[in-house]
Amino acid sequence: MANFFSKLINNIFQSNEVADDDFYESLEDAMIMSDVGVNTTLKIIDAVRTEADRQGVNTTREVKKILRDYLYELMRVDDSYYDFEKQKSIISVIGVNGVGKTTSIGKMANNFKVKGKRVILAAADTFRAGAIEQLKEWGKRIDVDVIAQREGSDPAAVVFDALQSFKSKNADLLIIDTAGRLHNKKNLMQELGKINRIIDKEFAEGYRETLVVLDATTGQNAMSQAQIFKDACEVTGIILTKMDGTAKGGIALAVQSELGLPVKYIGVGEKASDLRRFDAREYVDSIFED
Amino acid sequence: MAFENLTDRLTNIFSNLGHKGKLTEDDVNQALREVRMALLEADVNFKLVKDFITKVKAKAIGEEILSSLTPAQTVVKIVNEELTDMMGSETTEIVLKPAGDISVIMMVGLQGAGKTTTAAKLAGKFKSSGRTPVLVACDIYRPAAIDQLRVNAEKVNVPFFSLGDKVDPVEIARRAIAEAKEKHYNVVILDTAGRLQIDEKLMVELQNIKKAVPVQWTVLTVDAMTGQEAVNVAETFTSKVGIDGVILTKCDGDTRGGAALSIKAMTGKPILYLGMGEKLDDLEQFHPDRMAGRILGMGDVLSLIEKVEKNIDEEKSRESMGKLTRGKFDYNDFMDQMDQMTKLGGLGGILKMLPGLSGLGDIDMDDTEKQLGKVRAIIQSMTAKERANPDLINPSRKRRIANGAGVDIAEVNRIVKQFEQMRKMMKQFGGAMRSKHGRGGLGGLGGLGNLGGFGRGGKFPF
Repeated sequence: MANFFSKLINNIFQSNEVADDDFYESLEDAMIMSDVGVNTTLKIIDAVRTEADRQGVNTTREVKKILRDYLYELMRVDDSYYDFEKQKSIISVIGVNGVGKTTSIGKMANNFKVKGKRVILAAADTFRAGAIEQLKEWGKRIDVDVIAQREGSDPAAVVFDALQSFKSKNADLLIIDTAGRLHNKKNLMQELGKINRIIDKEFAEGYRETLVVLDATTGQNAMSQAQIFKDACEVTGIILTKMDGTAKGGIALAVQSELGLPVKYIGVGEKASDLRRFDAREYVDSIFED
Repeated sequence: MAFENLTDRLTNIFSNLGHKGKLTEDDVNQALREVRMALLEADVNFKLVKDFITKVKAKAIGEEILSSLTPAQTVVKIVNEELTDMMGSETTEIVLKPAGDISVIMMVGLQGAGKTTTAAKLAGKFKSSGRTPVLVACDIYRPAAIDQLRVNAEKVNVPFFSLGDKVDPVEIARRAIAEAKEKHYNVVILDTAGRLQIDEKLMVELQNIKKAVPVQWTVLTVDAMTGQEAVNVAETFTSKVGIDGVILTKCDGDTRGGAALSIKAMTGKPILYLGMGEKLDDLEQFHPDRMAGRILGMGDVLSLIEKVEKNIDEEKSRESMGKLTRGKFDYNDFMDQMDQMTKLGGLGGILKMLPGLSGLGDIDMDDTEKQLGKVRAIIQSMTAKERANPDLINPSRKRRIANGAGVDIAEVNRIVKQFEQMRKMMKQFGGAMRSKHGRGGLGGLGGLGNLGGFGRGGKFPF
């Protein structure tokens, strides 16, 4: 993950001995260029500056440490965030079209399966052409059951079916692929609400995990997406996809800082194994490595 | 998260200033800080923003504040002009070869940008202009990409060509052209695999397709929500494959689409169309000036004005305004006003085009429209006489109306009461207007007068 962003920040640190206004300004620029967003950038820079003043330090090396600690603390993911992996959990995966929702679900299912879990997938994105086939394709590829109906059918009915199958097969994890429509918040809430009511009724004892998928190449609109989903349901974490490109994924800092939503997984490629747990230390360190 | 409208922001800054004179350097600096913020929040490329600000600054300092504009508006005017200038002034579309020849269009772009959906939209567009397009599945990598294209091809009723996922895409393209010749298709649209721009192998594949078949238009599909990365994407595709134009997808959300500006400025290639959503008929022409407004968060006021002009039946409006000001306002007029509004694409459609309302998180549009439907049903259940003579409506008529509309009598009572209040208000208003401006002084847009009430409280005046 040593990327453009890290190189840039390193250049800034190397070319400035003393952390002066110019230095902070170029730091600000670099963060904005990585999609961190103006507000979050200013907030972080401000916090770092205040801390540097409090400690009475002013070399770039010392400031770098403060920034690193700050970001690490900000992005830290506790092990407890992954408790759902060890229980009987219903995982709803939501996100707008094209962010890599279905692909992430396929990869996640593969990860769980490799760990010996029994996984079932529910094709509740009944809207987008090809979404059901895409999920089925994944099911075939990694040998996992996919519960699906026809395109245009009621997502809640698919979830109902999936829950019956989940119970009768005594599976461990059910992953629900939902439609990525974002045209209006009310429809979204209704659809997700209906799905949740079905789960309440059919399998209330299940652990609930709701993950929002965000594309690392998305700019400030990712904030807006995360916010809308957060308003619509109880989001428990983020999957950040397409981290293998040159996109900097800086939006993750903004989403965590402004909305308090932790990144739990990152997608780093096309292969079934290319979904990893998010490692805050690795992410932050990579910002500073050469 | 609704972004604040730039004009509002600037108005706040300038609220202490007078309204006349020249813009000082200090004014301009303050204002441009906000402009910079607005552009960055819209995901316009960072370097571009820097250059842009420098340019605007040079132009704005010392600029005369026009008598009809506030200082804030003056800055916005300059910013808007410069931005529009950068977006280019012309509307460019895909120009096909004469119908006797085969035009080949290759769709390229990152995964998830919306290539497959857009390919189908393009096919539908060409079909409706009398061409015979064929959709070709060259994405053999993404699971179910072929299915998606096939389903979309069916939906727009356009032939579909695929050789499955085992044949080399270059070969698929070649055979598709042969098929087109044989079956007399004259537009071949190649849907290629989505890829990261750093994926060398797939870039080479695109180059090879281009070598193998005579691609006339290489169209880069870009997600309007793309962040700072947009420039890298556009630059790489331009240098590795070469592109002829750009289609910006997913413009139906609340994204400000700064990527459009970055791509246009960096590649110099035209933006051809805007993709608005999942429905296959919604490919819009690109208007550079409107995009500038959108990026600045100023709403699509131009589009609204155009829509209003097209749809409002001026005569009708004037007629009901005339009646109104004479103190005559009946259920027919009431209905007319509602119909006019519906023509504009419903409340939701109108509000979305207004600055600062594009987020529209909290107004419950569905309920509002549902409510409108109910009102309509009630009025339609009245007799012609009742509609023209609201005073006729007595309790027994109300009961009949309620039955006819399938609502509770209380609802009818409520509408009647609110109508009466409105009529009373209109009478007073009309009287005041008559004495001030003479009759019908509100002009053609008078019919929109009612709208004010919705926006403010989210509540109906009736």
